[in-house]
Amino acid sequence: MTETVVDFPKNFKKALGDGQLRHNLRAAMDTLGMRRRTLFSDLDVFEKLRERGDAIRQRALRQLPELLERLEQKCTENGMQVHWAETPAEANAICLEIIQKHNATRVIKGKSMVSEEMHLNHFLDERGIEALETDLGEYIIQLDHETPSHIIVPAIHKNRDQIAQLFHDKIPNTPYTEVVEELNAIARQVLREKFFAGEVGVSGVNFAVAETGTLCLVENEGNGRMCTTAPPVHIAIMGIEKVLERLEDVPPLLRLLTGSATGQLITTYFNMISSPRKPGEKDGPKEVHLVLLDNGRSKIWADPELRHTLKCIRCGTCLNHCPVYTRLGGHAYGYVYPGPIGSILTPQIEGLKNAGAMATASTFCGACEEVCPVKIPITDILRRLRTESYDQDETPNSVKDHGHKLNATESLTWKGWAFSNATPWFNALNAKLLGLAGPLLPKLPAVGIVKKWSQSRALPTFAAKSLHVLAKEKGIRDE
Amino acid sequence: MPTRPEKVYFFGTCLIDLCFPQAGMAGMELLQREGIQVVYPQKQSCCGQPAYNSGFPDEARTVARQQIKAFAKDYPIIIPSGSCGGMLRHHYPKLFADQPEAAEAQRFASRVFELNEFLVTVLDLKLEDRGQPIKVTWHSSCSALREMKVIDHAKSLLRQLKNVELIELQRERECCGFGGSFSVKQADISSAMVVDKVADIEQTGAAVVLSGDYGCLMHIGGALKHRNSPIPAKHVAEFLLERTQ
Amino acid sequence: MSEARANILNRLRHSARPQPTITEPEAAPAPPLSQADKVAQLKQRMEAMHAEVIITNSGDWTTALKAVLRQRSLNGLLYAPHSPIGVMLSEGWDSDLPPLVAYEQSVEDCKERLFTIDAGITSTQGGLADVGALILWPTPDEPRLMSLAPAVHIAVLEASKIHDSLASAMRTERWAERMPTNALLISGPSKTADIELVLTFGVHGPKELIVLVLND
Repeated sequence: MTETVVDFPKNFKKALGDGQLRHNLRAAMDTLGMRRRTLFSDLDVFEKLRERGDAIRQRALRQLPELLERLEQKCTENGMQVHWAETPAEANAICLEIIQKHNATRVIKGKSMVSEEMHLNHFLDERGIEALETDLGEYIIQLDHETPSHIIVPAIHKNRDQIAQLFHDKIPNTPYTEVVEELNAIARQVLREKFFAGEVGVSGVNFAVAETGTLCLVENEGNGRMCTTAPPVHIAIMGIEKVLERLEDVPPLLRLLTGSATGQLITTYFNMISSPRKPGEKDGPKEVHLVLLDNGRSKIWADPELRHTLKCIRCGTCLNHCPVYTRLGGHAYGYVYPGPIGSILTPQIEGLKNAGAMATASTFCGACEEVCPVKIPITDILRRLRTESYDQDETPNSVKDHGHKLNATESLTWKGWAFSNATPWFNALNAKLLGLAGPLLPKLPAVGIVKKWSQSRALPTFAAKSLHVLAKEKGIRDE
Repeated sequence: MPTRPEKVYFFGTCLIDLCFPQAGMAGMELLQREGIQVVYPQKQSCCGQPAYNSGFPDEARTVARQQIKAFAKDYPIIIPSGSCGGMLRHHYPKLFADQPEAAEAQRFASRVFELNEFLVTVLDLKLEDRGQPIKVTWHSSCSALREMKVIDHAKSLLRQLKNVELIELQRERECCGFGGSFSVKQADISSAMVVDKVADIEQTGAAVVLSGDYGCLMHIGGALKHRNSPIPAKHVAEFLLERTQ
Repeated sequence: MSEARANILNRLRHSARPQPTITEPEAAPAPPLSQADKVAQLKQRMEAMHAEVIITNSGDWTTALKAVLRQRSLNGLLYAPHSPIGVMLSEGWDSDLPPLVAYEQSVEDCKERLFTIDAGITSTQGGLADVGALILWPTPDEPRLMSLAPAVHIAVLEASKIHDSLASAMRTERWAERMPTNALLISGPSKTADIELVLTFGVHGPKELIVLVLND
């Protein structure tokens, strides 16, 4: 679907050069991280809770095909209509068909990362259907024709001055104001009319409970409730991995989600939807559709290591704690999911050729893993993706574009390195030569990696005598 | 507390071996001073992490096998690096999980100690400061912090030095941006990170920045030097030895 | 799209490898709270989220409600005429109060009214002490938009129905066997922090949430 060719080096440079962006992001990520730390201040309690979260997600994934069927059966019994889509294009077509069946042209949307994956708004817009984002952050970026730069706080790259100017420019008869409360009031007023007039509501799903056929939505603003309550038709879109086995699996995951995302004990609203309007009920949608999207997930699922990617509950805390994301923001990554989770998920969906570079944008510092509420082994998966870029032996579970970076130069370099480091006499000779050459190296022209290193760091020098030599000279035993 | 061994292996790490051997010598001297016999296998080289993290596990395994061979006896393996220590302790078992050497790699991993960890938990090292009053700051390498969890050990040693004032960084838990090949493959991001780290170091007013990992020290020290800062970046083993001689 | 269904399920079935089951740690047992503790905790937590929590009792709550209404200038109070609290309200309504407006038709026939009335009052299914939230299970009598469309939402909560936690509410009330069309947790007035993480209240949902806790 996404035929984006992302120029990562250019994007990264541009983002790093944007001082305002860096400043906005740093302040916001610090705040989110601090709030999270306050909520999960007892590390033992947090560790136990996330062990439960991890176990619940693993149990659900282990039974994924059965749970999807059970979810479909329960939802259908409850009166919902369940649709399956292998690709974003299929999911878009399903949504379009439902919307057109109702002759609707005004769609109101709650926040949904899967709909971003589908580029649903653009798809509907091209067909004359207005799909309006109603989450405040999403509304702001839609006004500016942007995509979310963060999973949880989509407009976090903008500050209030930028939003003030945007509202003034794009919303008729709106005076310029930098007062956040006034900006909120402006959005409330515009969107309230849209809620009133919306013909179809679209939402994502945070958890889907197979046991009861229940769709759970987490939010603070009330726009999600509006989209799923006021219009006569509700379309909920979810990735197939979001299913849970039992209702009792929800409370620990809800705590982990709200606590990790924004440091909240609970959001303002937790909305559990189990059926369309029943006879005698006065409101709520008359039709509820659930669209289950695969988009590469079943392939990820097949590999026991990569499967851990699918445990993700989209809290975004790995972004907040990532020193790379903090300096780049979401747009530089070029795809829907940025940061650590994006860097493991996107190459698996889009392939290594287009998105494999995301896996190199990590120091393996592990800050993401330390806070991940479901214990996704992010660095192991990043390393796996790097390995797959070069590996020759393709298996059915290999990631798309497996081995695409395989080239003689890099392979030979590493083979030579391995030979030297596994061959003591050769290694000793190398050390000696480097020691002799040491004083000369800074005089060489700076090219390639030396140039890249030297842009902000002085070069180290090779010691005249290696530790091997010094140890021997000092008479340290060799056994 | 684990029993105090008579003999230990010292794993110098390739970076210290080639560029910063004084840190390795200091580490061994600290051990010898406590009456421990130190063995430095001349057949050691690199832990294999550069290849492992770059996507070349086969090459990493070739090199790792050599280390397992070079450190064959049942002595504890002391390593002056959280990063290489993490490789030996946490990643060797993964690297060899499907290999004939799986059990051997596990046993090898269980013998690994980061230097500060060993000095504190096994030797219960007591230090007497003989230096002039000095302000220092500390950089935690991510692997020492999160994989090996040995930061408290290193700091507890520094806190024994009565004339040494440890001033902590504002963002001590944030990576310096080294990340091995990351520092050149993503040089722009890496530079942005180390510039922030150096600013944090400078605002402490410390005379020296200490760490237990020469990867970070090479990176941070290089950045300090690049902007002509007088603050040196020094391995904690060298510093501990200097202060107590 | 049944083809998609078959393809997805086939892929999942054919690649299925037995996965080791992992032991799931139990939830840490929390000491049960007394009703007074639960009320206090819920009040504290919900007030932190800018809800107004008024402790009253089943004899006096309408008096407390009327005081709340008289402090504000409201164009009407949306209520459910056939619910137990609705019956009590219609029995003794004073003329100086905002007029009671019944939600009796389908939304299609009264949508404009719902989106322009200032306040709505609902009962609740219960509350959660540990996080500070109300449980609402809207019914045919008390539809979903009552707690969402008006700018002020007033909720009546019986103290005896406050649970320690969501997990205990689900367990003791056997939710899994009887999930309603829509079940809700509400912890305060609607809010957002989407602009520079500045927390502001009253976005798309109610701007005010007033909870009358009936302590009997």
